[in-house]
Amino acid sequence: MKKTPTIALIGNPNSGKSSLFNQLTGLRQKVGNFPSVTIEKKSGTWLLGPKTESIVIDLPGLYSLYPKSLDERVVIDILANPAHENYPDVVVMVADASNLKRNLLLFTQVADLGLPVVLALNMLDVARDKHLQVNAVKLAMKLGVPVVRINARVGEGLDNLKQAVVQTLERPAGTTLNHKYFFNPADQFPELIDDVKRTNQLSNNYLALHYVQQHDIFSFLNTEKRVAFDQLIEKYDFKESGFQAAETMHRYAVIDGLVTDSVKVADDFLVKPLWTKRLDAILLHPFWGYAVFLLFFLTIFQAVFTLATYPMDMIDAGVSALNDWLKLQLPSGALTDLLTDGLIAGIGGVVIFIPQIAFLFFLVALLEESGYMARVMVIMDKLMRKFGLNGKSVVPLISGVACAVPAIMSARSIGNRKERLLTILVTPLMSCSARLPIFTILIALVVPATPVLGFFTLQGLTLMGLYLLGLVSALLSAWVIKGMVKNTERGYFVMEMPTYKTPRWYHVGLSVWDSVKSFVTEAGKIIVAISIILWVLASYGPGDTIARAEETVQTSNPALEGATLDNAVAAYKLEHSYAGHFGKFIEPAIAPLGYDWKIGIALLASFAAREVFVGTMSTIYSIGSAADDDNGTIKARMRAEINPKTGEPMYTPALAFSLLIFYVFAMMCMSTIAVVYRETHGWKWPLIQLAYMMALAYGLAFVTYQLLK
Amino acid sequence: MKTIADLKIGERAFVKAFRQVDLSLKLLEMGCLPGSEVMLDFIAPFGDPLGIQVNGYCLALRKDEAATVLVEDSI
Repeated sequence: MKKTPTIALIGNPNSGKSSLFNQLTGLRQKVGNFPSVTIEKKSGTWLLGPKTESIVIDLPGLYSLYPKSLDERVVIDILANPAHENYPDVVVMVADASNLKRNLLLFTQVADLGLPVVLALNMLDVARDKHLQVNAVKLAMKLGVPVVRINARVGEGLDNLKQAVVQTLERPAGTTLNHKYFFNPADQFPELIDDVKRTNQLSNNYLALHYVQQHDIFSFLNTEKRVAFDQLIEKYDFKESGFQAAETMHRYAVIDGLVTDSVKVADDFLVKPLWTKRLDAILLHPFWGYAVFLLFFLTIFQAVFTLATYPMDMIDAGVSALNDWLKLQLPSGALTDLLTDGLIAGIGGVVIFIPQIAFLFFLVALLEESGYMARVMVIMDKLMRKFGLNGKSVVPLISGVACAVPAIMSARSIGNRKERLLTILVTPLMSCSARLPIFTILIALVVPATPVLGFFTLQGLTLMGLYLLGLVSALLSAWVIKGMVKNTERGYFVMEMPTYKTPRWYHVGLSVWDSVKSFVTEAGKIIVAISIILWVLASYGPGDTIARAEETVQTSNPALEGATLDNAVAAYKLEHSYAGHFGKFIEPAIAPLGYDWKIGIALLASFAAREVFVGTMSTIYSIGSAADDDNGTIKARMRAEINPKTGEPMYTPALAFSLLIFYVFAMMCMSTIAVVYRETHGWKWPLIQLAYMMALAYGLAFVTYQLLK
Repeated sequence: MKTIADLKIGERAFVKAFRQVDLSLKLLEMGCLPGSEVMLDFIAPFGDPLGIQVNGYCLALRKDEAATVLVEDSI
């Protein structure tokens, strides 16, 4: 047995594969990428013995080794390539026992590749409810592999699974070579298979067939090799689609024969489980289906605004309290300022997102776990198609409310190229959680918390309005762009409707933990870096104007003293810093939107990541005010800001709404641009996206300010 | 020819053939084989997509996709 063996989890979607992965690896999992492709790889460690640790890899769910989407490609790319760093020593195939025949199709394919397989029979309780009896012992004899009964949701049978995996790993190498094929392609194309095996040094007939069928998507083959396969196909007059169909039908026939005495079928298996039937009657109903959907989402937004604000206010107050305390304890100087106003203010700007991100991912995880998401896709498909999208676009659009980056990646499940591209282009218009703090703070500044209809508040409704604006503009943009993109290939909607399940809180919790962790590490790095750079730019300036600030202010205003003087000096310093010069430089361009140079600094800083806006405002206003000004929070500082031209408060409703509208539309996120570049394989679409979103942002913010002024 | 798109809710039929090669590969893999019995389970609001019960589970597909699957009342 190898020192740290690799175990791949494979299975149909909805077979409980991810539940098993969570049970095996718990908090020891990490998210990365498969080498050379941008498909998310979840891996983790599982202790097989006191000293043997194994690496478990959760492969994307799929129905067969012939991929139908980009995500699924990675599976055959690994399984066909023993040199791949993730090539498994043993495959654990998770099978939904209530749907055994369909699950066994994939099993027979993996087994035919000659890989050591352990079959984990899951969802036996669902099978029992459907009056399906599965005999694991008989099945193991028929299939020739270890079969283990597990319950991935509650973690039963994991010890037996571990034992079966260890035994399979300890089996001397080469014992799988005498494997009898469930389907042997050499029965019909002996010369072709021999030819491929000889020229590629392969020993497995079925692997040879996959080289013939899928050479175009194998990342480990070069063009020369691929051309050679095309010539072979022509030489032997091999019909790819026809042969694939024949293979699937042959496998189902073999499976039928194998399972007859190990599976007792219910009398009528076309009948849905009772609760799924009852819930579908409501959730797919022409009226109640949409009513429940709408109510559900209104509640989410209201809850996010009301519930998440408590921990957020605490974090906000905690960070400024910590800062004040540190300023008192540490000797004053540039280093202390960098630590407090630069670093801690920046970290505070990251931490403050956590409650909202956690909350939104919690709800998305709940939707996915319960099976409701598939119903939402179905009832939305016809509507979404009018805008050139797909029912499955609902997942990216909803996830986009948390973060556009994973949302855009989840658009891979959309089979149709055009519908997928449109989804990618408009998803960033959904208001992501990075916009939420901007919205929250500006709304709180200018909209009163008047109760509306008891349940809602005017602030909550305004927030909901901004989210709706994002959604409506996403749909309208898709509709406009629809006419400009050509459809080059057909894609399918076809998908399995899972039965409803009570969500497992442990799995929901893990999914939330993952999202928060990756947000804090990924976005956190950018935010902290920009905060520090910004602090430096805002604290230093060209020449000796900053050093002589106090002198200059005192000479021009000899009457000033005490706190007023400190304030004036601080404001003078900011104005003459590098950041101040920067802001002044772009002020003419943003003045029509109502912004001054201070907001200009924040706009520039948030160009890379919009979440930096609030942190920047916090940095700017804490530098711009004197140290003894301890009405600490950023909200209070913004409220106190005076417009030097009018003498009135700076943050008027016109300015606040102009900023709100700007941030609804502006494409201010490097990570999103990067992910769109990767997903569309070029600069064309990310640049088009950047241009159209920025034009909308500038234009509509201008209109808003001019109308409300 | 009758297709899945012509079925009424609760009506059963047997899959006979496919009109579209690529889609048939996907449906075959999902256990919708010639000779399988199917039942129309639901029609989404606005008449599209459809849900069919096949091979012990529920499969959703668009109406134009369903129209590529030919069915007959008995084998």
